[in-house]
Amino acid sequence: MPDDVENFDLECRELVRLYGQFAAVDNVSFGVPQGDFFSILGPSGCGKTTILRMMAGFDQPTSGDIHIKGRSVLGVPPNKRPVNMVFQHLALFPMMTVAENIAYGLVRKGLGKSEIGEKVQSALDRIDLPTSGEKKISQLSGGQRQRVAIARCLVLEPAALLLDEPLGALDLKLREHMKVELKQLQNQFATTFVYITHDQSEALVMSNHVAVMNEGKFEQIGTPQELYYNPNTAFVASFVGDSNRWHGTVSAQDKDGVKVVSADGMELLASPAGGVPLCQGAEVDIFVRPESVVLSLEEDRVADMDNRISGDLVSILFNGANSRALVRDPRSGGELDVALPQTGEFSSLKRGQVVHLGWGMAQAQAFAAKSNAA
Amino acid sequence: MKLQTPARLGLYLLMAPLLLWLVVLIFLPHVDMFLLSISEKVATRTYQTSAANYMEFFSEPLYWRTFARTAIMSIAATALTFVIAFPVSYYIAKMLRGRLKAFLFLLCLVPFWVSELVRTFGWMILLRESGIFSNLLQWSGLASGPVEMLYNDATIMVGLVYTSLLFMVVPLVSTLDSLDDALVEAGYDLGGNGFTVMKEIIIPHAMPGIVSGCIIVFMLTLGNYLTPVLLGGKDSLWFTAQIYTQIITRFNWELGAAFGFLLLGLSSLIVWAGLKISRQTLTETLG
Repeated sequence: MPDDVENFDLECRELVRLYGQFAAVDNVSFGVPQGDFFSILGPSGCGKTTILRMMAGFDQPTSGDIHIKGRSVLGVPPNKRPVNMVFQHLALFPMMTVAENIAYGLVRKGLGKSEIGEKVQSALDRIDLPTSGEKKISQLSGGQRQRVAIARCLVLEPAALLLDEPLGALDLKLREHMKVELKQLQNQFATTFVYITHDQSEALVMSNHVAVMNEGKFEQIGTPQELYYNPNTAFVASFVGDSNRWHGTVSAQDKDGVKVVSADGMELLASPAGGVPLCQGAEVDIFVRPESVVLSLEEDRVADMDNRISGDLVSILFNGANSRALVRDPRSGGELDVALPQTGEFSSLKRGQVVHLGWGMAQAQAFAAKSNAA
Repeated sequence: MKLQTPARLGLYLLMAPLLLWLVVLIFLPHVDMFLLSISEKVATRTYQTSAANYMEFFSEPLYWRTFARTAIMSIAATALTFVIAFPVSYYIAKMLRGRLKAFLFLLCLVPFWVSELVRTFGWMILLRESGIFSNLLQWSGLASGPVEMLYNDATIMVGLVYTSLLFMVVPLVSTLDSLDDALVEAGYDLGGNGFTVMKEIIIPHAMPGIVSGCIIVFMLTLGNYLTPVLLGGKDSLWFTAQIYTQIITRFNWELGAAFGFLLLGLSSLIVWAGLKISRQTLTETLG
């Protein structure tokens, strides 16, 4: 995050929202720089929608402050805030035409009729629906509605656009397409986007910065790469991307890393996540990405790696470029999820075949396990 | 297209109650009424077809003034009912959740467990010269003598609105219930204030409910007999009372039938005009 406070379009300071005794949002602080695509990623019920609704003005924080363009907006009603929201189910007005939907906010601003007409037409051009102004909302497809909902907000030139899981209702193919399109729209309008989602791929693909949220708190804020390769907490490691996971106890340590004996008896070398030292005897969780494991048919290829396993291929989960191999470790019986490169090398792979796996210490991140008493 | 015999029989059997209802209870009486309305008594037991009954309506000012007065007061009562019922319905549909919502909805229904006659007598107990309100005003010193609150237009209006309220609240609650809260929030989010959100989003969405509520209330009010007569007394000048007088008191079935048809024409005309003005169709409203 840049330190320059002046550049933040949107800033939350020590934001708290209590429902009775329950803290839906628990002391959250963050800033969104101008033009950023900022995502808040978290499981449902983690409080991310509550943050968005507080920024839009539909909910009031119990304590803390929200600044938009450097000014506190506490007590400012939603219709006076320079941010606009794209609702989960879009909330397009069914009783109005497409053009009337886009014009709604402009009319409320009191612009002249001809000016509104021009702005609406240019917005329709930009979302690639130049002749759909007179259509009813019900005549549009899901993706077109999506674009109208965004255009309806962006014609108002808001300081930030708040999006509440707007892709959730679309089918997979369209969702993939809309990810790219949303990113393009954001570049085109050069507006700050704050995007709420529980889908990690949406957050990783589109965002400049992502905040991972869990139980009302931010676990980590960073670029998608930082979150993926250097997660700060076990929650981030498990929630962002897929991982192989072991639970174990530290048996030895040196300056490079730790040796861990897993619950099922494997010896693993790992590096403490975020450089936080782990002492001997500490309980840890180790995460290894499927794609950081090298898969080979010859044992020599993985001979110089820190961690090595030879095991039986249990099954192949074919999914195009995301294909996986499931390998069972004969000593512990544990199964590993390994990326299966579709380069042709492994096309003859069969179930039951013995394969050799290896990964480096740096690719295995060890996190101190949360004590079970908590 | 031919239906198989058993299917056809089944269809007829299913249609039979409806057809019986329509033909025996609605169509036949109206045909008879119409024939009555166009017959003129020329001598004892001799009748001839003429428009004399309708002519009499237009030549006698009392009749058409009562007719116009009934129409105008019914429209006013419908408008007033809407103005009172809308906030109530909005509160029940949008502000409340769960048991309290069901409870308040039930409260609107409770008065209808009592017959209209008994309810109207209840109003008379409250409003008459020796009634509760009159005594209360005298006791508190606001009035020096007994106050008669019955037998005026305002009282008729109160009675009509009270009787009609539920029939407006039910369709309004059901359409407002179907309004997505996000639409209202989006209305504010994009810069609308309370007035514009109401005008641009809530009212257009609730329009089918508003129109069907208004049609029901208007028809009930126009055809009401008990409330205007009991609360308005002799001065109520309600058109249904004229029909009653012709048929029961004066035994002039022919004129009464003509009045009945005029009332039917009037209510159809006003409902049609209402649909045209609100740009709704009957199927949309009742569907």
